[in-house]
Formats: sequence, C-alpha cells, structure tokens
Amino acid sequence: MRRLTSIALLTATLALAAPALAQVRAPDGAPNPTASSVNEEMLFKQDPKIHGRISIPNATAANLIQPQGREWRAFRESWMPWIGALAVLGMIAALGLFYFTRGRIRLEHSEESGKKILRFNGFERFSHWMTASCFIVLSLSGLNYIFGKRLLMPLIGPEAFASLAQYGKYAHIYLAWPFMLGVLFMLVLWVRDNIPGKIDWIWLKQGGGLIGDAHPSAGRFNAGQKMVFWMVVGFGLAMSATGLMMIFPFAVTDINGMQAMQVIHSLIGVVFIAGILAHIYIGSLGMEGAYDAMGSGEVDLAWAKVHHDLWVKEQQAKTASGPQLGRGQVPAE
Amino acid sequence: MARMKFLCDADRCIECNACVTACKNEHEVPWGINRRRVITLNDGKPGERSVSMACMHCTDAPCAAVCPVNCFYTTADAVVLHSKDLCIGCGYCFYACPFGAPQYPRVGNFGSRGKMDKCTYCSGGPEADLSVAEYEKYGSNRLAEGKLPLCAEMCSTKSLLAGDGEMIAQIYKERVIKRGYGSGAWGWKTAYRETIAI
Repeated sequence: MRRLTSIALLTATLALAAPALAQVRAPDGAPNPTASSVNEEMLFKQDPKIHGRISIPNATAANLIQPQGREWRAFRESWMPWIGALAVLGMIAALGLFYFTRGRIRLEHSEESGKKILRFNGFERFSHWMTASCFIVLSLSGLNYIFGKRLLMPLIGPEAFASLAQYGKYAHIYLAWPFMLGVLFMLVLWVRDNIPGKIDWIWLKQGGGLIGDAHPSAGRFNAGQKMVFWMVVGFGLAMSATGLMMIFPFAVTDINGMQAMQVIHSLIGVVFIAGILAHIYIGSLGMEGAYDAMGSGEVDLAWAKVHHDLWVKEQQAKTASGPQLGRGQVPAE
Repeated sequence: MARMKFLCDADRCIECNACVTACKNEHEVPWGINRRRVITLNDGKPGERSVSMACMHCTDAPCAAVCPVNCFYTTADAVVLHSKDLCIGCGYCFYACPFGAPQYPRVGNFGSRGKMDKCTYCSGGPEADLSVAEYEKYGSNRLAEGKLPLCAEMCSTKSLLAGDGEMIAQIYKERVIKRGYGSGAWGWKTAYRETIAI
C-alpha cells in the first residue's frame, strides 16, 4: 500500500514538472537559449543584489548591480543632514537654554578655598587633551562630509573647498590613530573609578546638582562624569571599529556592510559630538573651578569637597600629611 | 541632443573581455583599475550569461548626489563626468553606485584612496576637449572626435551597444523580435528607471 502511494506521488510530480521541461522554441523553430537563462528580475528575487564571477582579481567588482546604493544615498542625502543638524544644533540650543536659566554653577567658598588638590596627573591630562584635540579636528572634518558642500562650498567656492576637504580627509584618517590611542589610554586610566554603583543612583535622583542646589556625594567621578566616560569609551570604540573598516575598505565586509558602517559611523558621530558639547560646556563655562582639573591638574580643595567629597576623603586618608598638595602650596597646620 | 547609454545584449556576450582591454589601452588606465569589466552570472550552469558593465551614466546619478565636494556633472549628452581636481577620494560614490563603477588608485599609507577614476563614456573631463591635461587625467575624448566609446565600437559580437538610448533600444528590440528571445537590458531599470518593453 505504501509503495503504491509513493508511485502515485512520483507520477503526479513528473506530470506537474513536464510542461516546464518542454522546449520553448524561437519563431524559426530553433531552441530558445533563454528558456533557462538568467534574467534581472529573477535574480533580484533570489538576492537583493546581482553577483557573479569575475576573472580580474578584485572580488568587489563581481557585483553586477546593487540597488542598495540608492537606499544608502537616501540616508546620506535626505536623512543624515537633518539628523546631524538636529543633534548638534539641538544640543547647542539646550545648553544655551540651560545657561540662561541655571546660569554658571559658582564656586562655593569655604575656609579651604585657595588650597589645591591634585586631581589629574600629567599623563592623565596628556591622554585627555590628545584625545580631545583629535576629537575636535575629527568632528569638524567629519561634519564637513555632511555639511561642507551645503554651507561652506557656496561661501568659498568649489576649488578652495575641495582642497580644504582634501586636507580634512587626511586629517580625519591620520588623527584617527592618536584618537584611538587616547581612548584606550583613558579606558585603562579611569575605568577603575568609573564602575557604576549605588551612590550614582542617589546622585542621579538628586539631579546631580545640575537641577536644584543639592550636592549629592560622589567619588572621584560622579554619575554624570561616569556617563561621559562610558560614552567616550563606547562611542570611541564603535567609531574606531567602523572607522577602521572604512580606512581598510572591503577588508572584512562587502558593499552592503560598508554602507552599514558608514551609516553607523555618521549616526554615532553626530550623537558623540552632541554629548561632547555638553561635556565641554560643563567643564568650562558651565561650572566655575571645573576647568582647573584638566588645565593645571589641581583643583580648589573647597570645590573638590563640594563636588567629590568621597574622593577627597579617600585621598586624605591615603596621605598621612593630609591632602595631596599641589606645587607651591604650604600645607595647612 | 542625444541621451547616451550603454546596453549589453547578454545573449551575445561571449566574455572575451576585449571591451575591458580596449578601454584600458585607449585611456592608459593605471594598474589595478578597470573602468569596464565583464561579470558572468550562473557561471558553468545552464542559463549562464555574461554582462559587460561600466558606468551606466545614470539619470539622477547616485554618485553625484552623495559626493561631499560635488565634483560630478552631467554633460549635454547625459554623460556623467567628474573633476579629478575636486575629488578627494572619500569612496562614497562607490558605496552609492549600483554598478560598482568608481575605482580608486591605491596611493600612500594604509592604501588610502587616490582620486576616483571611472568610465567617461570616452568623453574626457572638465578640461578643454582633446587637451594633454584631459588625456592625462581622464584618457581620450572620442566623443569630441565624433566617435562612440571604443568598448562598444570594437565588440566582436556587437553585444555591447553604445549611443543614443532610443537608437540602441530600437536595435535591441529588433534583435529580440527577430531571434525571439532576450534577457533584457541589464541595469536599465536601476540606472534609468525604465526598461525596454518588447
């Protein structure tokens, strides 16, 4: 019985397949060679891009048609300028609004004003500023890829703009290396002090001193600074990975992968720039006394006690002679 | 004015690669760069077809749209050309191009891209027609001499057609009607948003 069923099934299958096997003939009766030939429509149904074999030693040239290029174009030309403008200008507007409502966060004077405590040593500051200076050039040359032809080119003309963009491209490629090194240095230097803890949650709930006048406790880095640290590390590594793939195109991925890399690189890039704008604001204009930490490396002890009380206690406990005093400072008796 | 196009009749292409060689020789294209290439689909299987592909000189060209320095321009013959003086070699046009036409010489450290090179439809660049500067950067300008692209001119099976879009579409239509089959105008839908209806 089972055998009979299988024979019946086989016959039915053959009967169904028979018309497809029949030869389609040309008007003159010759066999039609395209009856089984590939065509564009059929290949696009199998795969979003048409790929074949090529005899030259260039694997990327074996793609015949990749219509995804048009989708990538739509992202780059229709979406990206708006996303970029919204991220960067939106952050500048938000910071402006914050400055005019909250104003500069002032240094609160106490009997310890004038005394200094070392916050960042020479190597820490070197790593920070190497990364920071590279970041500024990288972000400007990066934004130039999106906005240059729209804003700068009409002002300075195509020739001057093209040579500027050429130097911008060189700067973007070459300064990427010290930037990546800087991110790695900072990761090693500060990861210990940036592990999130319960205290960060309390800091966040109290508005971190940004909203209201509270001064929640914080260790060497408060929750806000930890967020900046993890943003720099996370985004920095993501930008490095995607950027390296664009410096070495097609080394690890195909054309659609390259398009995706560019999309990720540009999207993270503009959010990164917005985040760093906030970091620059609070580290300079936004808070009195904050800049010294990365400037001279020594901060006012009064400022440190208000903003990083737990860290100051820790530092004072480490040295029997009190706080680590900066150069030219007489220890208090 | 004509609307210049390429059409590869895949049912005639024998993958001899003469178009590739002719192009390289005519324009003294540097090592590692192929403005034109032949791709074989379904290689070794029934229904195998080879298609010669270069820049399709798209209507509303994606390369021109994504270029961060706007170095592309379209001629009166609808040929898409670019200026190597403006190009910065960023590689974006290759990501956008549906046909993989842009090529970059590898110069300097990290194999960083040099200025882009692509099919000019044998019509040079922004420099004065038939000048030495134009030849050095873009190769010969056959269109200025009243000739069509060499790849198509010397195609041994007349598979590759170049010329005014309507004219080559007409030639292709007549062929398809006469022989009774045709695998279509490869890439036309993507490049021109139209195909040849027969």
